[in-house]
Amino acid sequence: MARAAVPGRLTGRLAWRVATLAGYRDETPTARTLVLEVPGWPGHLAGQHVDVRLTAEDGYRAQRSYSLAGPADGDRIELTVQRLPDGEVSPYLTEVYSVGDPVEVRGPVGGWFIWRPTATEPVLLVAGGSGLVPLMAMLRARRAAGSRVPFRLIYSVRSPADVLYADELRRPQPGVDVSYVYTRQVPEGWRTPPRRISVADVNSGGWPPDFEPTCFVCGPTGFVEAVADMLVALGHDPSRVKTERFGPTGG
Amino acid sequence: MHEDGNAMAGPLGEIFTMDVTSAVERCAGCGAANPVAQLRVYRHAPGWVARCPACEQVVLRLVRGPDAAWLDLTGALSLRIPMPTR
Repeated sequence: MARAAVPGRLTGRLAWRVATLAGYRDETPTARTLVLEVPGWPGHLAGQHVDVRLTAEDGYRAQRSYSLAGPADGDRIELTVQRLPDGEVSPYLTEVYSVGDPVEVRGPVGGWFIWRPTATEPVLLVAGGSGLVPLMAMLRARRAAGSRVPFRLIYSVRSPADVLYADELRRPQPGVDVSYVYTRQVPEGWRTPPRRISVADVNSGGWPPDFEPTCFVCGPTGFVEAVADMLVALGHDPSRVKTERFGPTGG
Repeated sequence: MHEDGNAMAGPLGEIFTMDVTSAVERCAGCGAANPVAQLRVYRHAPGWVARCPACEQVVLRLVRGPDAAWLDLTGALSLRIPMPTR
């Protein structure tokens, strides 16, 4: 089958295909990165996601969307799955699903919440919890493309132990600034107690509106709406604030 | 609790060859124009229900059956779909 001329499948109808788990990395005690082998993967853009479908022996099906965590390596793609205690799909994918096992995937999908390496404006990324995953894909795409576009990341996370890709974020690429907000537990000697993200965090960790940055915000619905409101209140053009919300049925 | 139109990229990609989440939808209720990706999407129904983020009117409903998909766009005046230039 011919490969799509445009990476990221921006045209062409979508079908399910069978992927196989090639390997995995545990990012935190509750999050695992799955490395999937998808024969004929057409390539994708940072910020796109895939739908994953599981079918039980009795025919019952469950379907979830997961963001791609970085650029593809040939036919290999990476998804980071956060385990939700009362979830239906995430406990299986992070605890039971084993190397060599098949799973159905459909994608890549999504053409709006994406960052293209040809973009030149500064970028602000604001992540709530595992909302970091598509934003990490943008940072990794930046590195892969050798882009010098300045990026800032504000990462709101429950505790230091919940930080995804901690080693990689500790050594950010030149031109990337990272700041943290801890909501449940702070590191030793941190300057504030645990708290929610505030307009001061968005102001000091972001870009001035007159730099006309593109802002990408991803996380739980309440987090995303609060941060988007803060950005607009600070003077950012709403058309440059792109958001992606997790649903209540994420698990 | 809702999520947003980004989550409909897969279900709509099953039907359309273009990414419909990048299209700008104009609400028949209030006239607001928003990317489909920014609609409020509710899934605790037999399908997908997308509402205008400005006025909450239902603009798009999608139900997938075993052998057909039902797409109701009654609440949308138009979709402006970005097309590749040649």
